[in-house]
Amino acid sequence: MVSLARIKDSKIEMANEQRIVITGVGLTAPNGNNLSEFRQNLLNGKAGIERIETHYMGEVLAGVCHFDPLKYQKKKELRRGTRAGSIAIYCANEAIAHSGLDLTTLDKSRIGVYLGITEHGNVETENEVYALKQYNYDVKYWSHHHNPRTVANNPAGEVTLNMGITGPHYTLGAACAAGNIGLIHGLQMLLLGEIDLAMGGGVSESIHTFGVFASFKNEGALASHPEPHRACRPFDRDRNGIVVSEGGCICILERLSDALRRSATIYGEIVGYAINSDAFDFILPHAPRQAECMRLALKKAGLSASDIDIISSHATGTQQGDPQECHAIREVFKESSHTYVNNTKSFIGHTMGAAGALELAGNLPSFNDHIVHPTINVANLDPQCAIPNMVINKPVEVDKIDYIVNNSFGMLGINSVVIVKRFDGQR
Amino acid sequence: MLGEQIRSVIVEVIAQIVPDEDLSNLRGDIRIRDQIELDSMDFLDIIMELRKRYGIEVPEDDYIQMATLDGAVAYLEPRMAHL
Repeated sequence: MVSLARIKDSKIEMANEQRIVITGVGLTAPNGNNLSEFRQNLLNGKAGIERIETHYMGEVLAGVCHFDPLKYQKKKELRRGTRAGSIAIYCANEAIAHSGLDLTTLDKSRIGVYLGITEHGNVETENEVYALKQYNYDVKYWSHHHNPRTVANNPAGEVTLNMGITGPHYTLGAACAAGNIGLIHGLQMLLLGEIDLAMGGGVSESIHTFGVFASFKNEGALASHPEPHRACRPFDRDRNGIVVSEGGCICILERLSDALRRSATIYGEIVGYAINSDAFDFILPHAPRQAECMRLALKKAGLSASDIDIISSHATGTQQGDPQECHAIREVFKESSHTYVNNTKSFIGHTMGAAGALELAGNLPSFNDHIVHPTINVANLDPQCAIPNMVINKPVEVDKIDYIVNNSFGMLGINSVVIVKRFDGQR
Repeated sequence: MLGEQIRSVIVEVIAQIVPDEDLSNLRGDIRIRDQIELDSMDFLDIIMELRKRYGIEVPEDDYIQMATLDGAVAYLEPRMAHL
């Protein structure tokens, strides 16, 4: 006869198969090449923006990552692949190392690689056209590497080539909401039973294409400032646009049952998420749909606004965008007196496809250190952006962090929200 | 450009294409691909580099003649004599 205890254990096991946790984080940001370095710099107010030269435009401000690509790649792989691929390979290997998993013991056909991208292929195409100019645009000098470099799955595919992963891989094109969507998709594939381990997140190589800078400039949305580290100023009255950055963040996602079985360190549990569309404008954000997206995520998690401790905001530092998100946050969280709001772009600029995942990662350690990192570079808070409990310029220490809401929005009106819970045993 | 110079140029180009490989003991009479990790895309890189540097065209039908270092030198010598 089966004991009641065994039946109870079996029910818990089944429930834990439906809970998805983060057990490893690999990242590169303009101010850090692993989670602890990144976190430390967010707490210390250390930004990572510099001047770079770009084709046709001269000097621009950008967030540049300074990881060692040869840590996980051969020189030949670097020559053949893309910067996005290299960032993804670095992050994926770092994530596995951080998770404590031994890749050689895993069934690599049951690992999925799902990477959010804002765009891919612009860098390679632009640079190839630029190089072709010296051959008078004779296409016999066009690289035979162009197609494998520019296919949309490139960054995720390079990860599988590098690590010998034979499960599914692809990218998710979702503008600047993509980092969150890489995580959401990994979670969904685990819940569907398609895979046993997901590498989810996002990457961006956008600083290597002049077109992204030129387009933002001509929209009147490219940040400038004599001091690069002060250029990205979400919520400040004098903010003047976006700082384009490269970066990457990949999380190892597992079913809770698997993570517990191997006694993994659990950095958080994804308990809610939502994706919706503004159906409003090509580039302008739209507060009502952003608010709706946050509400949908709360509903999925079975939470109310007052349960949330931190909102990791998406705000990019544009005049038109920041007040929209602030309006949405005020509307959804008006009843919550203790929900803090911060922003990571003020340190690292806009890492585009990586932003959602990187900005969430930067906040995850708050579950343990009980500190909310600030948004920096706010000299004069714009009254349109004033939100109670916005953490400005200095970190705030709190008693406990249980839930983080991570906002990530993008062009064509795509919104994504992820809610992560502090892992507290079986509860 | 003469035989030994051409050989040096080819080895230099290969070193650029496959920078992780040790080319110090590359033999002239054995297929290059049997001695180092060099795939078809790398081979196309060599052809492209010769085109870019010296304006030399190697038709696809002649690729077989470039399989060894000695073969490549012999094939390229008349085509690079004027350089």
